[in-house]
Amino acid sequence: MILHDLLSLDLLRVIWWVLLGVLLIGFALTDGFDLGVGTLLPFVGKTDLERRVAINTVGPVWEGNQVWFILGGGAIFAAWPPLYAVSFSGFYLAMFLVLAALILRPVGFKYRSKRDDATWRATWDWALFLGGAVPALIFGVAVGNVLQGVPFRFNDDLMSFYEGSFFGLLNPFALLAGGVSLAMLTTHGAAWLSLKAEGPVAARARAIGSVTGLVAILGYALAGLWLARGIEGYHLVGAVAVDGPSNPFLTEAARGGSWMAAYAERPWIAVAPVLGFLGMALAVIGLRRGAEVSTLLWSKLGILGVISSVGLTMFPFLLPSITDPKSSLTVWNASSSHMTLFIMLVATVIFMPLILLYTAWVYRVLWGKVTEADVAEQSQSLY
Amino acid sequence: MDISVVDLSRFQFAMTAMYHFLFVPLTIWLSIIVATMETVYVMTGRPIWKQMTKFWGSLFGINFVLGVATGITMEFQFGMNWSYYSHYVGDIFGAPLAIEGLMAFFLEATFVGLFFFGWDKLSMRGHLAVTWLVAIGSNMSALWILIANGWMQHPVGAAFNPMTMRMEMTSFWDVVFNEVAQAKFVHTVSAGYVTASMFVLGVSAWYLLKGRHIELARRSIAVAAAFGLASSLSVVVLGDESGYSAGLNQKMKLAAIEAMWETEPAPAPFTAFGLPDQETRTTKWAVHIPYVMGLIGTRSLDTEIPGINDLVNEAEVKIRSGLVAYDALMEYRATKGNVPEAVKQTFEAHSEDLGYAFLLKKYVDDPRTATPAQIEAAANDTVPTVWPLFWGFRIMVGLGFLFIFTLGYFFYRASFRGMKFPRGALKFAVLVIPAPWIAAEMGWLVAEFGRQPWTVDGVLPTALSVSQLSVTQVLLTITGFAVFYTVLFIVEMGLMLKYIRKGPYMDVDETERWTARHVHRLSTHDGAVPFANPAE
Repeated sequence: MILHDLLSLDLLRVIWWVLLGVLLIGFALTDGFDLGVGTLLPFVGKTDLERRVAINTVGPVWEGNQVWFILGGGAIFAAWPPLYAVSFSGFYLAMFLVLAALILRPVGFKYRSKRDDATWRATWDWALFLGGAVPALIFGVAVGNVLQGVPFRFNDDLMSFYEGSFFGLLNPFALLAGGVSLAMLTTHGAAWLSLKAEGPVAARARAIGSVTGLVAILGYALAGLWLARGIEGYHLVGAVAVDGPSNPFLTEAARGGSWMAAYAERPWIAVAPVLGFLGMALAVIGLRRGAEVSTLLWSKLGILGVISSVGLTMFPFLLPSITDPKSSLTVWNASSSHMTLFIMLVATVIFMPLILLYTAWVYRVLWGKVTEADVAEQSQSLY
Repeated sequence: MDISVVDLSRFQFAMTAMYHFLFVPLTIWLSIIVATMETVYVMTGRPIWKQMTKFWGSLFGINFVLGVATGITMEFQFGMNWSYYSHYVGDIFGAPLAIEGLMAFFLEATFVGLFFFGWDKLSMRGHLAVTWLVAIGSNMSALWILIANGWMQHPVGAAFNPMTMRMEMTSFWDVVFNEVAQAKFVHTVSAGYVTASMFVLGVSAWYLLKGRHIELARRSIAVAAAFGLASSLSVVVLGDESGYSAGLNQKMKLAAIEAMWETEPAPAPFTAFGLPDQETRTTKWAVHIPYVMGLIGTRSLDTEIPGINDLVNEAEVKIRSGLVAYDALMEYRATKGNVPEAVKQTFEAHSEDLGYAFLLKKYVDDPRTATPAQIEAAANDTVPTVWPLFWGFRIMVGLGFLFIFTLGYFFYRASFRGMKFPRGALKFAVLVIPAPWIAAEMGWLVAEFGRQPWTVDGVLPTALSVSQLSVTQVLLTITGFAVFYTVLFIVEMGLMLKYIRKGPYMDVDETERWTARHVHRLSTHDGAVPFANPAE
């Protein structure tokens, strides 16, 4: 098959870097509000009926939303195997926590209302809270660590050795990033509840969301300053063959300078943080004013800006190594082969539009608010 | 290399995979049974079929959710515990996993919510389409996962790239149309169909024993027995063994299943019973049935099935050839790829056997310094432990025949004996509900344990595939999974039993409306009272 030569390897690498971002952002935009609703659950619902309203706003969609995450994992495996290998094994215990939370969540949604027992339901409510808050926090912590560089090195066989510890991941900057992620997704969940719920649930969600939104904005600003002043960046050394074999030992990278140098080199990327601030700020205003559809869209824009600002700042780095910078993984040394990238792209071009179409259709069918009356009436069949 | 991390990681993978597969086979076929029932509902408009759809659908849902949840563990675990594997074969193995997400999992997960919550929001036909999309998604999902697994058993369409130190795809079509993957898909999916059929049969039999929900139970038995019989026949006829002649390791697996130490003249006999002894490479108390193994293993009367001893000799030849490739690879590494043409040619001639040289890494850091005794030991390592395979296979096949007889019997009674079932048969159907799960788990044991010592046959040894983790880390997650999964299992079983006891929810209004509309027409048809025979 020569078909894959239609697109050059370096172009495919950039496309897959963009697609990786699309999948992560897709996850944050959709499953992000599920995580947020889980986090908000104990606080927006005081009675069982109120909590069931909150749960049922995401009830029919969380399963599809979660596939963004699963597909994100699959795409990293297929398109960036070394990134998948190093990060999943390096962050071993953190990944286990995410897994545990992500297993608790579906089970909590499905099983909570199947028994009419207060203790049973209260237990699952906390499971849903953890299932929402823990992944939201850990994803941010992971990003915070990646920005600082992760302690790993390869041996000659390209076997990776992680040299840090679980508690090493919980450093101040990473925790700040985790806080931003948690606050941002909680706000997103609040925007969703404001649209899909009504009465006290929506009112409490708006009240909490307008505070967490401000926290997210301040945290994001603080993290930006910290990144500019207190954290060393990484850069490539010498000429890099952008279409060379995927082998970190064939490229050269070093630590030093600031990540913010990227904004001098490619000033246009400043649009990302601007959108991040703008989206989050307008979402907070929307929550205060009680606007519904527009608030959710502004929140989405904010998330899009924040996540893409991280990727654009680090480009072409995917996972820098703090202990052995020459092991760092970049867009140019950590991809799959030319053929695999091409085939995966063909599959994505065919199926992604279909996915977006039918997902949109499902959301349209489910359009409208979930009310307490609905839940009380269909008590048997709803979550 | 710490061998106990390897063992623990294998244990964890086996544990989580077998747990995951408790939910998968039921999900795969129950989705189709439910869709079939809903199709009958849409065609006839009879509320009883909607009741059946919703009832079996609710059991499907309880089960589906754990299948999804534990499936995420499977995807994560490759990176978490098998990071060298992920690096080494991710270029090929990752693709079907990602395509599964794009093509199948998105479909089933997006529509499963509408299946449960869309009854009042969609037209009858619209909802039926949603149900079928869920069913199609579940089955497609199995296809791509088994393509990935089939590649581990028989790695085609890929070659080693010395510049990136990993396997890379050379033909996507070879990976997709891998004969082992195709055989696996048909076999595994049919086995799932049998599992769900036996489940529906058993639960319905229990209702009949209790004298409850007779209409639903009889109809469900009719559906389950008809589809179940067809699939149980296809599980046996389209057995997985058809792929066992493909690679050296697949041949080894077949020989181990049979405890066939020496090559037998074709067609080989089937050892119905025996006690395999790994040490002396003999099988005590063996009872042979002539011809049968040759037939199931090769589907021919004149193809020889090689024995374990001959396969070990073949492996030793491959190890020596692999060492030549390894030596050339070291030259690639030293020169960053600027090797003379001769070295390139040597490498290409032997690179297929490179994985066999890696078997020596268990004994020496540099395989090139291995002694002849070590090479012999490594060749012997290619023999998996025989007795679990020998017995696992026999339990699976024995149960397979049990399913054919059970489903065949119920099909006969349902079709030709007016739905009258003896109580003894109904009790038996309840008792054997767990049996298909045992058969399915045995099947995976044979497939995966039989692949040892490789994660990818002939390409990457299991011992090399693991992540560099500490024993404590892996023990921690094993404990976590064990506790967590046990709790979930208890919760899920409790809910399944609760919902089975509770039985279907009958929409009285809808049933009465339907009856009022139809009773006149039906009763004038032959003067008899309608619905006297619910099996119609």
